[in-house]
Amino acid sequence: MSDHSTYEVLRHLADSWGLLLMTVIFVGLSAWPFRPGAKPLNREAATSIFKDESDV
Amino acid sequence: MVSALSRSSLWLLSLLIAVVAYALAVDTGFAIHMFIVAVACIIGLVVTLRGVDLSKAILAPDQGRYDDDPIRWGVIATVFWGMAGFLAGLVIALQLALPVLNLGLEWTAFGRLRPLHTSAVIFAFGGNALIATSFYVVQRTCRARLAFPGLARFVFWGYQLFIVLAATGYLLGITQGKEYAEPEWYVDLWLTVVWVAYLAVFVGTIVKRTEPHIYVANWFYLSFIITVAMLHIVNNLNWPVSFTGSRSYPIFAGVQGALVQWWYGHNAVGFFLTAGFLAMMYYFVPKQAERPVFSYRLSIIHFWALIFLYIWAGPHHLHYTALPDWAQTLGMVFSIMLWMPSWGGMINGLMTLNGAWDKVRTDPIIRMMVMALAFYGMSTFEGPMMSIKSVNSLSHYTDWTIGHVHSGALGWNGMITFASVYYLVPRLWNRSRLYSLRMVNWHFWLATVGIVFYASSMWVAGITQGLMWREYGADGYLVNSFVETVAALKPMYFLRAFGGFLYLTGAVIMTINVWRTILGHLREEAPMADTAFDPEKDRPVVQPAPVHAAPVAA
Amino acid sequence: MTTIVEKHKKLERNVTLLGVAAFVAVIIGGIVEIAPLFWIDNTIEKVEGMRPYTPLEQAGRDIYIREGCYNCHSQMIRPFRDEVERYGHYSLAAESMYDHPFQWGSKRTGPDLARVGMRYSDEWQVQHLKDPRALVPESIMPGYAHLAEHDLNMGDMTATLRTLYQIGVPYSQDDIAKANDDLKAQADPSADASDLQKRYPKAQVRDFDGDPARLTEMDALVAYLQMLGTLVDVNAPAAQEALAKEKGR
Repeated sequence: MSDHSTYEVLRHLADSWGLLLMTVIFVGLSAWPFRPGAKPLNREAATSIFKDESDV
Repeated sequence: MVSALSRSSLWLLSLLIAVVAYALAVDTGFAIHMFIVAVACIIGLVVTLRGVDLSKAILAPDQGRYDDDPIRWGVIATVFWGMAGFLAGLVIALQLALPVLNLGLEWTAFGRLRPLHTSAVIFAFGGNALIATSFYVVQRTCRARLAFPGLARFVFWGYQLFIVLAATGYLLGITQGKEYAEPEWYVDLWLTVVWVAYLAVFVGTIVKRTEPHIYVANWFYLSFIITVAMLHIVNNLNWPVSFTGSRSYPIFAGVQGALVQWWYGHNAVGFFLTAGFLAMMYYFVPKQAERPVFSYRLSIIHFWALIFLYIWAGPHHLHYTALPDWAQTLGMVFSIMLWMPSWGGMINGLMTLNGAWDKVRTDPIIRMMVMALAFYGMSTFEGPMMSIKSVNSLSHYTDWTIGHVHSGALGWNGMITFASVYYLVPRLWNRSRLYSLRMVNWHFWLATVGIVFYASSMWVAGITQGLMWREYGADGYLVNSFVETVAALKPMYFLRAFGGFLYLTGAVIMTINVWRTILGHLREEAPMADTAFDPEKDRPVVQPAPVHAAPVAA
Repeated sequence: MTTIVEKHKKLERNVTLLGVAAFVAVIIGGIVEIAPLFWIDNTIEKVEGMRPYTPLEQAGRDIYIREGCYNCHSQMIRPFRDEVERYGHYSLAAESMYDHPFQWGSKRTGPDLARVGMRYSDEWQVQHLKDPRALVPESIMPGYAHLAEHDLNMGDMTATLRTLYQIGVPYSQDDIAKANDDLKAQADPSADASDLQKRYPKAQVRDFDGDPARLTEMDALVAYLQMLGTLVDVNAPAAQEALAKEKGR
């Protein structure tokens, strides 16, 4: 396979399925933290920095 | 663990290598640098032999206390290099307005001082702030003492040596000629060693944490450390002309070199000046506001979206150049998409103050943080706009870019760093409060007004020059010669220097404030929160009982 | 479902996984954008006339970099009417194919220099470098009078050319062996430079700094400036054909 046709194949992939795949993964990952089960976890993480108020 | 004897022999060996390299040096610059390295080795040797026993701190640390020594040094180094970098910036700003200030000397010409300024503020000021705050934050959020304390000290001092070698190199004309990556091959190698040690200390501390969750600030710090390592190594793949000389040539040339350089350059902004400083934001803003971050979920999305999108945006520095068109378009599209996570992060930071907005009025440190986030928002809006090719055709090569960079650097990086320093100093030196909160207020206003002068003058200068370059007369010829466009900018260059002067003055006030706080002084001053509140007076006026003339029975 | 939640918990709590995931996220963009440039044949067309720098020009280029000229001068003309009229034909990718490192620049505090070669006389360049405001009163450029005072000593040019050869610049063994002689010959009007000019077509041989008795840094820098943009005849059919093949220009 010559360099040039590899380029064309990849170019088409990037314009179609590759783009779609990346979008789906991106949207999926963005939605992920908002799943219902994560709420208490996130609250716990967000407040974890206040546990050490003595701060020595 | 290393004993004093083997440590001193290590210093001796390093000294020997430096002296041999000095003797064999093929150019003066390299000789001077090896001399500096030798002096550093002698200092290390003397410190070791004088029995300044680090081993107590290193071998038998009190696990019940955080390891804050390198952080204290780091805060002092941040303030020191900040002053040096701002001063260098003011000098080169004045050189552009008054070229006689180049002094006719090779060491003080603009071309050599400009890298000194950029490296001093980005790598010396910003880098020390990042290393110090990351060591502070990672210990607190992991509730664990720093891993490898000896290595942490090596990171600090090794990084200072890197700064000194880089800075002296610029003045001597030792540069590889790539913006923000000017240090030569051996300084690059040294930084790589220091950086790997930094990664080891940071990750080691996370590994020994007692908190189950890794707080989001550490995610940003971790991605900053890893990505900067990758960028630094790839962009500095050089081949030295001689192993005892300073000059080297990058293995990439032309188009490839340009893309690798701006992939590096843009992500130095994205990861050094954004991800790392966002980590500071995600810890110090909630701590100072005494409220958890607005949305932890948003911060997770912010993180992944930011690091994934940023890396693509580099080609927007090469619009309309000989870089293939598809790469330019890709860079533009991703730059515009980057606007979303950036503003998500800004909103997340600002909304953390929800319900505590009164602190903006009463707490100048909070006010600095809010201003930092506002400038972050502004420059992350301006950036995507400037990456649009048609806008870029006007803005590129002009001072608009300089103005954009400084609204981000002075506004976002500077302000969030100052706020973090003000947060850290009383806590690190165990003082009840800062020397003066009113001086923080002064610093805030001087810096803010300085940035306004800077950004607006450069905005006007950039658009003026861009329009003058492309101005055609009715006769179909270009109206302006190049030098006419230079002359037109002179007033703007003075205004910019004035803005820089105000910003530097603010930093001087910070230096005094930090210094006096460390000494344990407290300035007697009226409290900042002086809006008096008397609950007794907080009542509606009660009208005396209506004395309407009661209808007198007539 | 619970297993997925458990797995994600792991990511948030495992520093190795977090680090690896972050590294994967940042590496995708770089690979997609940078890698193709190294194996797509049409990124750079070899254009008629391009040749590596002569030792004197390369020494001048090293001085250009040393003094930080790239901080204020670009070497990349964009395809706009005003730029083409002001600076000349827009830049081709091939014209910087031997530039280690590239010097396209990012700021025009001063004008673009991609095609500055032969636009001004040597005397003008030397005078302007020594005292810019003597010739252009409004100029804000620093003066570089010291270049004319320093003898040219940019190290062993054989080592320089060999290093460049090792990273892909097509110098011949002859070029490398004669590098130090070539360096002197190019600025020496009395030397026989026919061999030099055969190996480096269009090389300009003369005294550049107005002081034939000495070989100074000024000689090298002016030699570099005077060759910038002069190698490729951009209007020749071959160059135009190469341009047409460059994607998206």
